[in-house]
Amino acid sequence: MAYQFDFLPVVQNTDLLLRGALFTLELTAIGAVFGVGLGIIGAVVRAWNIQPFARIFGVYVELIRNTPFLVQLFFIFFGLPSLGVQISEWQAAILAMVINLGAYSTEIIRAGIQAIPRGQLEASAALAMSRFETFRHVVLLPALGKVWPALSSQIIIVMLGSAVCSQIATEELSFAANFIQSRNFRAFETYALTTLLYLCMALMIRQLLNWIGRRYISRSRQ
Amino acid sequence: MSDFTFWDIVRNLLTGLQWTLALSLVAFIGGGLIGLLVMVMRISKSALPRNVARTYIELFQGTPLLMQLFLVFFGVALAGVEISPWMAAAVALTLFTSAYLAEIWRGCVDSIPHGQWEASSSLALNPLEQLRYVILPQALRIAVAPTVGFSVQVVKGTAVTSIIGFTELTKTGGMLANATFEPFMVYGLVALGYFALCYPLSLSARYLERRLHASA
Repeated sequence: MAYQFDFLPVVQNTDLLLRGALFTLELTAIGAVFGVGLGIIGAVVRAWNIQPFARIFGVYVELIRNTPFLVQLFFIFFGLPSLGVQISEWQAAILAMVINLGAYSTEIIRAGIQAIPRGQLEASAALAMSRFETFRHVVLLPALGKVWPALSSQIIIVMLGSAVCSQIATEELSFAANFIQSRNFRAFETYALTTLLYLCMALMIRQLLNWIGRRYISRSRQ
Repeated sequence: MSDFTFWDIVRNLLTGLQWTLALSLVAFIGGGLIGLLVMVMRISKSALPRNVARTYIELFQGTPLLMQLFLVFFGVALAGVEISPWMAAAVALTLFTSAYLAEIWRGCVDSIPHGQWEASSSLALNPLEQLRYVILPQALRIAVAPTVGFSVQVVKGTAVTSIIGFTELTKTGGMLANATFEPFMVYGLVALGYFALCYPLSLSARYLERRLHASA
Protein backbone atom coordinates (compact mmCIF):
# COMPACT_ATOMS: atom_id res chain seq x y z
CA MET A 1 0.00 0.00 0.00
CA ALA A 2 2.62 2.42 1.11
CA TYR A 3 5.21 4.45 -0.67
CA GLN A 4 7.90 2.53 -2.54
CA PHE A 5 11.35 3.87 -1.75
CA ASP A 6 13.58 4.13 -4.76
CA PHE A 7 17.12 5.32 -4.27
CA LEU A 8 18.30 4.44 -7.78
CA PRO A 9 17.41 7.79 -9.39
CA VAL A 10 19.50 9.46 -6.68
CA VAL A 11 22.43 7.07 -6.88
CA GLN A 12 22.57 7.69 -10.62
CA ASN A 13 23.39 11.29 -9.80
CA THR A 14 26.21 10.48 -7.41
CA ASP A 15 28.65 12.53 -9.47
CA LEU A 16 26.52 15.65 -9.02
CA LEU A 17 26.28 15.05 -5.27
CA LEU A 18 30.01 14.47 -4.95
CA ARG A 19 30.80 17.58 -6.94
CA GLY A 20 28.48 19.54 -4.64
CA ALA A 21 30.09 17.97 -1.58
CA LEU A 22 33.54 18.89 -2.86
CA PHE A 23 32.46 22.50 -3.34
CA THR A 24 31.02 22.58 0.18
CA LEU A 25 34.37 21.31 1.48
CA GLU A 26 36.23 23.96 -0.53
CA LEU A 27 33.98 26.71 0.79
CA THR A 28 34.49 25.36 4.31
CA ALA A 29 38.27 25.18 3.93
CA ILE A 30 38.58 28.75 2.69
CA GLY A 31 36.01 29.96 5.22
CA ALA A 32 37.84 28.20 8.05
CA VAL A 33 41.29 29.55 7.18
CA PHE A 34 40.19 33.17 6.81
CA GLY A 35 37.55 32.95 9.52
CA VAL A 36 40.01 31.67 12.10
CA GLY A 37 42.55 34.22 10.85
CA LEU A 38 40.04 36.98 11.45
CA GLY A 39 39.25 35.40 14.81
CA ILE A 40 42.92 35.48 15.85
CA ILE A 41 43.15 39.18 15.03
CA GLY A 42 39.90 39.88 16.85
CA ALA A 43 40.90 37.78 19.85
CA VAL A 44 44.28 39.54 20.25
CA VAL A 45 42.70 42.95 19.86
CA ARG A 46 40.00 42.10 22.40
CA ALA A 47 42.22 40.29 24.89
CA TRP A 48 44.83 43.08 24.95
CA ASN A 49 42.16 45.77 24.74
CA ILE A 50 43.70 47.64 21.80
CA GLN A 51 41.34 50.59 21.26
CA PRO A 52 39.44 51.54 19.18
CA PHE A 53 39.60 48.11 17.50
CA ALA A 54 38.60 46.21 20.64
CA ARG A 55 35.33 48.13 20.72
CA ILE A 56 34.72 47.63 16.98
CA PHE A 57 35.32 43.89 17.28
CA GLY A 58 33.05 43.80 20.32
CA VAL A 59 30.15 45.26 18.34
CA TYR A 60 30.94 42.99 15.38
CA VAL A 61 30.91 39.87 17.55
CA GLU A 62 27.56 40.74 19.14
CA LEU A 63 25.95 41.66 15.81
CA ILE A 64 26.99 38.44 14.12
CA ARG A 65 26.35 36.08 17.01
CA ASN A 66 22.83 37.38 17.53
CA THR A 67 21.58 37.22 13.94
CA PRO A 68 20.97 34.15 11.74
CA PHE A 69 23.55 33.11 9.15
CA LEU A 70 20.85 33.06 6.46
CA VAL A 71 20.03 36.72 7.07
CA GLN A 72 23.72 37.63 7.00
CA LEU A 73 24.01 35.82 3.68
CA PHE A 74 20.99 37.60 2.19
CA PHE A 75 22.21 40.93 3.51
CA ILE A 76 25.56 40.42 1.79
CA PHE A 77 24.23 38.94 -1.45
CA PHE A 78 21.18 41.15 -2.00
CA GLY A 79 22.14 44.16 0.09
CA LEU A 80 25.66 44.90 -1.09
CA PRO A 81 24.80 45.25 -4.81
CA SER A 82 22.37 48.01 -3.95
CA LEU A 83 25.38 49.87 -2.55
CA GLY A 84 27.15 49.35 -5.88
CA VAL A 85 29.30 46.37 -4.84
CA GLN A 86 28.81 43.51 -7.30
CA ILE A 87 29.38 40.11 -5.76
CA SER A 88 28.94 36.60 -7.16
CA GLU A 89 27.09 33.89 -5.26
CA TRP A 90 30.16 31.92 -4.22
CA GLN A 91 31.93 35.09 -3.16
CA ALA A 92 28.92 36.01 -1.04
CA ALA A 93 28.88 32.51 0.46
CA ILE A 94 32.57 32.65 1.40
CA LEU A 95 32.32 36.21 2.70
CA ALA A 96 29.34 35.28 4.88
CA MET A 97 31.12 32.18 6.21
CA VAL A 98 34.31 34.12 7.00
CA ILE A 99 32.40 36.91 8.74
CA ASN A 100 30.29 34.42 10.69
CA LEU A 101 33.16 32.17 11.78
CA GLY A 102 35.32 35.23 12.49
CA ALA A 103 32.89 36.42 15.14
CA TYR A 104 32.59 33.06 16.90
CA SER A 105 36.30 32.27 16.75
CA THR A 106 37.13 35.73 18.11
CA GLU A 107 35.31 34.81 21.31
CA ILE A 108 36.62 31.23 21.41
CA ILE A 109 40.28 32.18 20.87
CA ARG A 110 40.01 35.15 23.23
CA ALA A 111 39.04 32.76 26.01
CA GLY A 112 42.17 30.75 25.19
CA ILE A 113 44.45 33.80 25.24
CA GLN A 114 43.01 35.01 28.53
CA ALA A 115 43.65 31.61 30.07
CA ILE A 116 47.43 31.96 29.52
CA PRO A 117 49.02 32.54 32.94
CA ARG A 118 50.89 35.84 33.30
CA GLY A 119 53.95 34.01 34.52
CA GLN A 120 54.37 32.48 31.06
CA LEU A 121 54.81 35.94 29.53
CA GLU A 122 57.27 36.94 32.23
CA ALA A 123 59.18 33.71 31.71
CA SER A 124 59.47 34.30 27.98
CA ALA A 125 60.65 37.86 28.64
CA ALA A 126 63.25 36.47 31.05
CA LEU A 127 64.44 34.17 28.24
CA ALA A 128 64.90 37.22 26.00
CA MET A 129 62.39 35.97 23.46
CA SER A 130 61.38 38.58 20.92
CA ARG A 131 57.82 39.90 20.92
CA PHE A 132 56.96 37.83 17.88
CA GLU A 133 58.48 34.67 19.32
CA THR A 134 56.59 35.24 22.54
CA PHE A 135 53.35 35.80 20.69
CA ARG A 136 53.77 32.71 18.56
CA HIS A 137 55.09 30.19 21.07
CA VAL A 138 53.78 31.46 24.39
CA VAL A 139 50.47 33.11 23.49
CA LEU A 140 48.98 31.92 20.23
CA LEU A 141 49.80 28.22 19.99
CA PRO A 142 49.01 27.36 23.62
CA ALA A 143 45.81 29.41 23.38
CA LEU A 144 44.74 27.63 20.20
CA GLY A 145 45.64 24.31 21.80
CA LYS A 146 43.36 25.01 24.75
CA VAL A 147 40.35 25.92 22.64
CA TRP A 148 40.98 23.65 19.65
CA PRO A 149 38.01 21.30 20.34
CA ALA A 150 35.61 24.26 20.57
CA LEU A 151 37.09 25.80 17.44
CA SER A 152 36.73 22.49 15.57
CA SER A 153 33.07 22.25 16.56
CA GLN A 154 32.46 25.78 15.33
CA ILE A 155 34.09 25.04 11.96
CA ILE A 156 31.79 22.01 11.59
CA ILE A 157 28.76 24.13 12.52
CA VAL A 158 29.73 26.60 9.79
CA MET A 159 30.10 23.73 7.28
CA LEU A 160 26.63 22.43 8.15
CA GLY A 161 25.23 25.96 8.12
CA SER A 162 26.59 26.49 4.60
CA ALA A 163 23.71 24.28 3.38
CA VAL A 164 21.55 27.40 3.25
CA CYS A 165 23.91 28.93 0.66
CA SER A 166 21.89 27.03 -1.94
CA GLN A 167 19.30 29.75 -1.44
CA ILE A 168 21.48 32.24 -3.28
CA ALA A 169 22.33 29.56 -5.89
CA THR A 170 25.83 28.74 -4.65
CA GLU A 171 26.36 25.36 -6.25
CA GLU A 172 27.26 23.37 -3.15
CA LEU A 173 25.88 20.10 -1.82
CA SER A 174 22.35 21.15 -0.90
CA PHE A 175 22.07 22.96 -4.25
CA ALA A 176 22.96 19.70 -5.98
CA ALA A 177 20.31 17.94 -3.87
CA ASN A 178 17.66 20.51 -4.82
CA PHE A 179 18.61 20.13 -8.47
CA ILE A 180 18.43 16.33 -8.39
CA GLN A 181 15.09 16.17 -6.58
CA SER A 182 13.59 18.71 -8.96
CA ARG A 183 14.39 16.28 -11.78
CA ASN A 184 13.53 12.88 -10.31
CA PHE A 185 10.83 13.96 -7.82
CA ARG A 186 12.40 11.65 -5.24
CA ALA A 187 12.70 14.40 -2.66
CA PHE A 188 12.91 12.24 0.44
CA GLU A 189 15.45 9.80 -0.96
CA THR A 190 17.58 12.62 -2.33
CA TYR A 191 17.64 14.55 0.93
CA ALA A 192 18.19 11.39 2.98
CA LEU A 193 21.34 10.53 1.02
CA THR A 194 22.47 14.15 1.10
CA THR A 195 22.00 14.26 4.86
CA LEU A 196 24.09 11.11 5.18
CA LEU A 197 26.78 12.75 3.06
CA TYR A 198 26.77 15.80 5.34
CA LEU A 199 27.10 13.50 8.36
CA CYS A 200 30.12 11.77 6.82
CA MET A 201 31.68 15.13 5.99
CA ALA A 202 31.16 16.33 9.56
CA LEU A 203 32.83 13.20 10.96
CA MET A 204 35.64 13.50 8.42
CA ILE A 205 36.33 17.15 9.23
CA ARG A 206 36.30 16.31 12.94
CA GLN A 207 38.98 13.63 12.39
CA LEU A 208 41.04 15.93 10.20
CA LEU A 209 40.90 18.78 12.71
CA ASN A 210 41.78 16.42 15.57
CA TRP A 211 44.80 15.30 13.57
CA ILE A 212 45.83 18.88 12.79
CA GLY A 213 45.41 19.73 16.44
CA ARG A 214 47.62 16.86 17.59
CA ARG A 215 50.22 17.35 14.86
CA TYR A 216 50.62 21.13 14.72
CA ILE A 217 48.78 22.88 17.52
CA SER A 218 49.40 21.15 20.84
CA ARG A 219 52.71 19.61 19.81
CA SER A 220 54.57 21.93 22.16
CA ARG A 221 52.92 20.34 25.17
CA GLN A 222 54.24 16.84 24.52
CA MET B 1 8.38 53.16 -7.26
CA SER B 2 7.24 51.24 -4.26
CA ASP B 3 3.79 51.33 -2.75
CA PHE B 4 5.23 50.47 0.65
CA THR B 5 5.99 53.21 3.09
CA PHE B 6 8.67 52.60 5.70
CA TRP B 7 6.00 51.95 8.31
CA ASP B 8 4.24 49.40 6.09
CA ILE B 9 7.51 47.51 5.91
CA VAL B 10 8.05 47.67 9.66
CA ARG B 11 4.49 46.60 10.38
CA ASN B 12 4.77 43.58 8.07
CA LEU B 13 8.11 42.63 9.55
CA LEU B 14 6.66 42.80 13.04
CA THR B 15 3.95 40.33 11.97
CA GLY B 16 6.70 38.02 10.71
CA LEU B 17 8.57 38.52 13.97
CA GLN B 18 5.54 37.22 15.89
CA TRP B 19 5.68 33.97 13.93
CA THR B 20 9.41 33.69 14.56
CA LEU B 21 8.72 34.14 18.25
CA ALA B 22 5.85 31.61 18.24
CA LEU B 23 7.94 29.01 16.44
CA SER B 24 10.87 29.58 18.81
CA LEU B 25 8.63 29.09 21.84
CA VAL B 26 7.04 25.92 20.46
CA ALA B 27 10.43 24.46 19.50
CA PHE B 28 11.98 25.39 22.82
CA ILE B 29 9.21 24.00 25.00
CA GLY B 30 8.70 20.87 22.88
CA GLY B 31 12.46 20.43 22.57
CA GLY B 32 12.83 20.78 26.31
CA LEU B 33 10.32 18.01 27.01
CA ILE B 34 11.76 15.58 24.46
CA GLY B 35 15.27 16.66 25.40
CA LEU B 36 14.64 15.70 29.01
CA LEU B 37 13.56 12.25 27.89
CA VAL B 38 16.60 11.85 25.63
CA MET B 39 18.86 13.03 28.44
CA VAL B 40 17.44 10.42 30.83
CA MET B 41 18.06 7.77 28.18
CA ARG B 42 21.55 9.12 27.58
CA ILE B 43 22.57 8.68 31.23
CA SER B 44 20.86 5.29 31.55
CA LYS B 45 22.87 2.38 32.94
CA SER B 46 21.73 -0.05 30.23
CA ALA B 47 23.44 0.14 26.87
CA LEU B 48 20.48 0.12 24.50
CA PRO B 49 18.73 3.37 25.50
CA ARG B 50 22.12 5.01 26.01
CA ASN B 51 23.26 4.18 22.48
CA VAL B 52 19.92 5.12 20.94
CA ALA B 53 20.12 8.51 22.64
CA ARG B 54 23.74 9.00 21.60
CA THR B 55 22.97 8.20 17.97
CA TYR B 56 19.97 10.53 18.05
CA ILE B 57 22.09 13.38 19.38
CA GLU B 58 24.92 12.78 16.91
CA LEU B 59 22.51 12.58 14.00
CA PHE B 60 21.01 15.97 14.77
CA GLN B 61 24.29 17.63 15.67
CA GLY B 62 26.08 16.25 12.63
CA THR B 63 23.62 17.22 9.90
CA PRO B 64 22.38 20.61 8.64
CA LEU B 65 19.13 21.93 10.09
CA LEU B 66 18.02 22.59 6.50
CA MET B 67 18.27 18.87 5.65
CA GLN B 68 16.37 17.94 8.82
CA LEU B 69 13.62 20.33 7.74
CA PHE B 70 13.46 18.87 4.24
CA LEU B 71 13.37 15.32 5.59
CA VAL B 72 10.48 16.09 7.93
CA PHE B 73 8.66 18.12 5.29
CA PHE B 74 8.94 15.51 2.53
CA GLY B 75 9.09 12.47 4.80
CA VAL B 76 5.73 13.10 6.47
CA ALA B 77 4.17 13.82 3.10
CA LEU B 78 5.28 10.34 1.96
CA ALA B 79 3.13 8.79 4.67
CA GLY B 80 0.17 10.38 2.96
CA VAL B 81 -0.33 13.02 5.64
CA GLU B 82 -0.69 16.57 4.44
CA ILE B 83 1.80 18.71 6.37
CA SER B 84 1.92 22.50 6.40
CA PRO B 85 5.25 24.36 6.46
CA TRP B 86 4.33 25.53 9.96
CA MET B 87 3.91 21.95 11.24
CA ALA B 88 7.06 20.73 9.50
CA ALA B 89 9.02 23.66 10.89
CA ALA B 90 7.70 23.07 14.41
CA VAL B 91 8.44 19.33 14.34
CA ALA B 92 11.93 19.65 12.83
CA LEU B 93 12.99 22.49 15.12
CA THR B 94 11.62 20.67 18.16
CA LEU B 95 13.69 17.57 17.35
CA PHE B 96 16.77 19.71 16.60
CA THR B 97 16.38 21.56 19.90
CA SER B 98 15.80 18.37 21.90
CA ALA B 99 19.08 16.84 20.70
CA TYR B 100 21.13 19.88 21.72
CA LEU B 101 19.35 20.39 25.04
CA ALA B 102 19.76 16.71 25.90
CA GLU B 103 23.51 16.98 25.38
CA ILE B 104 23.77 20.24 27.34
CA TRP B 105 21.77 18.85 30.25
CA ARG B 106 23.68 15.59 30.25
CA GLY B 107 26.82 17.64 30.83
CA CYS B 108 25.16 19.38 33.75
CA VAL B 109 23.97 16.11 35.31
CA ASP B 110 27.43 14.58 34.81
CA SER B 111 29.00 17.48 36.68
CA ILE B 112 27.11 16.59 39.87
CA PRO B 113 29.49 14.60 42.13
CA HIS B 114 28.90 10.87 41.88
CA GLY B 115 28.56 10.59 45.63
CA GLN B 116 25.19 12.31 45.36
CA TRP B 117 23.83 9.34 43.40
CA GLU B 118 25.30 6.91 45.91
CA ALA B 119 24.02 8.85 48.90
CA SER B 120 20.48 9.04 47.54
CA SER B 121 20.65 5.38 46.58
CA SER B 122 21.57 4.52 50.16
CA LEU B 123 18.40 6.36 51.22
CA ALA B 124 16.43 3.74 49.27
CA LEU B 125 15.40 6.08 46.47
CA ASN B 126 14.99 4.36 43.11
CA PRO B 127 17.03 5.73 40.18
CA LEU B 128 14.19 7.92 38.92
CA GLU B 129 13.62 9.36 42.39
CA GLN B 130 17.35 9.94 42.77
CA LEU B 131 17.32 11.92 39.54
CA ARG B 132 14.11 13.78 40.36
CA TYR B 133 14.73 14.75 44.00
CA VAL B 134 18.51 14.87 44.35
CA ILE B 135 20.35 15.29 41.05
CA LEU B 136 18.06 17.46 38.92
CA PRO B 137 17.50 20.20 41.53
CA GLN B 138 21.27 20.65 41.73
CA ALA B 139 21.87 20.24 37.99
CA LEU B 140 19.16 22.80 37.23
CA ARG B 141 21.26 25.56 38.77
CA ILE B 142 24.16 24.78 36.47
CA ALA B 143 21.91 24.26 33.46
CA VAL B 144 20.16 27.64 33.47
CA ALA B 145 22.91 29.70 31.83
CA PRO B 146 23.80 27.33 28.94
CA THR B 147 20.09 26.64 28.31
CA VAL B 148 19.31 30.34 27.97
CA GLY B 149 22.41 30.64 25.79
CA PHE B 150 21.18 27.88 23.52
CA SER B 151 17.78 29.55 23.12
CA VAL B 152 19.62 32.07 20.93
CA GLN B 153 20.49 29.23 18.53
CA VAL B 154 16.83 28.19 18.44
CA VAL B 155 15.67 31.70 17.52
CA LYS B 156 18.33 31.91 14.81
CA GLY B 157 17.46 28.41 13.61
CA THR B 158 13.90 29.52 12.84
CA ALA B 159 15.28 31.62 9.97
CA VAL B 160 16.02 28.45 8.01
CA THR B 161 12.32 27.52 8.04
CA SER B 162 11.71 30.36 5.58
CA ILE B 163 13.21 28.02 2.97
CA ILE B 164 10.34 25.52 3.19
CA GLY B 165 7.93 28.42 2.88
CA PHE B 166 7.04 29.25 6.46
CA THR B 167 6.28 32.96 6.56
CA GLU B 168 8.30 34.12 9.51
CA LEU B 169 10.62 37.12 9.76
CA THR B 170 13.18 36.13 7.09
CA LYS B 171 10.52 35.05 4.58
CA THR B 172 8.57 38.26 5.15
CA GLY B 173 11.79 40.17 4.64
CA GLY B 174 12.47 38.34 1.38
CA MET B 175 9.03 39.15 0.02
CA LEU B 176 9.31 42.80 1.06
CA ALA B 177 12.79 43.06 -0.47
CA ASN B 178 11.40 41.79 -3.76
CA ALA B 179 8.44 44.16 -3.63
CA THR B 180 10.31 47.30 -2.63
CA PHE B 181 13.69 46.76 -4.35
CA GLU B 182 15.35 47.89 -1.15
CA PRO B 183 17.10 44.73 0.04
CA PHE B 184 19.77 46.58 2.01
CA MET B 185 17.24 48.35 4.20
CA VAL B 186 14.81 45.43 4.51
CA TYR B 187 17.43 42.82 5.41
CA GLY B 188 19.00 45.33 7.76
CA LEU B 189 15.65 45.60 9.56
CA VAL B 190 15.26 41.82 9.53
CA ALA B 191 18.68 41.45 11.15
CA LEU B 192 17.68 44.10 13.68
CA GLY B 193 14.55 42.09 14.51
CA TYR B 194 16.58 38.96 15.26
CA PHE B 195 19.08 41.02 17.20
CA ALA B 196 16.29 42.46 19.34
CA LEU B 197 15.17 38.92 20.21
CA CYS B 198 18.60 37.35 20.67
CA TYR B 199 20.72 40.03 22.31
CA PRO B 200 18.70 40.15 25.57
CA LEU B 201 18.92 36.35 25.71
CA SER B 202 22.70 36.45 25.18
CA LEU B 203 23.08 39.11 27.84
CA SER B 204 21.01 37.22 30.39
CA ALA B 205 22.91 34.00 29.67
CA ARG B 206 26.16 35.84 30.39
CA TYR B 207 24.71 37.46 33.51
CA LEU B 208 23.43 34.14 34.85
CA GLU B 209 26.78 32.50 34.18
CA ARG B 210 28.65 35.21 36.08
CA ARG B 211 26.24 35.12 39.00
CA LEU B 212 26.50 31.39 39.24
CA HIS B 213 30.29 31.50 39.26
CA ALA B 214 30.34 34.23 41.89
CA SER B 215 28.14 32.34 44.34
CA ALA B 216 29.34 28.82 43.61
